[in-house]
Amino acid sequence: MIKMTSRRVDGVTILDIGGRITLGEGSTQLRDSIRQLLAAGEKRILVNLGEVSYIDSSGLGELVSAFTAVRAEGGELKLLNLTRKVHDLLQITKLYTVFDVHDDETSAIASFAAA
Amino acid sequence: MLESRIENVDRAEAAAEEVARAAGFDVDEQHHIAMAVREITVNAITHGNQLDAAKKVHLDFSISPAGLIIEVRDEGRGFDASKLPDPLAPDNLLRQSGRGIFLARAFMDELDLKNLRHGLEVRMAKRKRR
Repeated sequence: MIKMTSRRVDGVTILDIGGRITLGEGSTQLRDSIRQLLAAGEKRILVNLGEVSYIDSSGLGELVSAFTAVRAEGGELKLLNLTRKVHDLLQITKLYTVFDVHDDETSAIASFAAA
Repeated sequence: MLESRIENVDRAEAAAEEVARAAGFDVDEQHHIAMAVREITVNAITHGNQLDAAKKVHLDFSISPAGLIIEVRDEGRGFDASKLPDPLAPDNLLRQSGRGIFLARAFMDELDLKNLRHGLEVRMAKRKRR
């Protein structure tokens, strides 16, 4: 199960996600949410993974896909609040070198403004 | 033995976590073992058996004092492991897929792929830390 809500702070859309991002429902919901945000012209997206307990390779692939989709639209997608498990996964797969990762919401939002 | 349905990936993962717990692995190791089984079972169901419900995924666990051996076998057409792209290569980092076997290998001590007459067998081992 995945829970997903979005809020807007200082021009940045924060996607708060909880639960598991895995093959099937979780990955599909993430994909749909990113598509909806892009369709609405939201191109500065901060994905808060603080309550995500588990991501599998399909979920990782969906995060990468979201990153490239937002970038292709001239926007930015960044990550916030990685749990240890998710942090380890990003390290192992070298995706830590791809994503801009933050552990503080205020500075994460400011990083968009500075870009 | 599992039917080739995506829902069964969760069952395989849960079974692996339970067996890993029973074998005495710690919580992190249980998570790694369960995730390895999840990734390999996803491949068996989707790539091996191509979601054909008539084809099964066979899952075997063997606990020994040294650790745990897990075999996952599908009934598909096999697979050429030499063609697996390196997910860490710069050109592949932004690919959406192709990390499953890599992650399973990272989380287990051994992972071997063997093409059988009818299907692919993945044998994984996790040793207990002394």
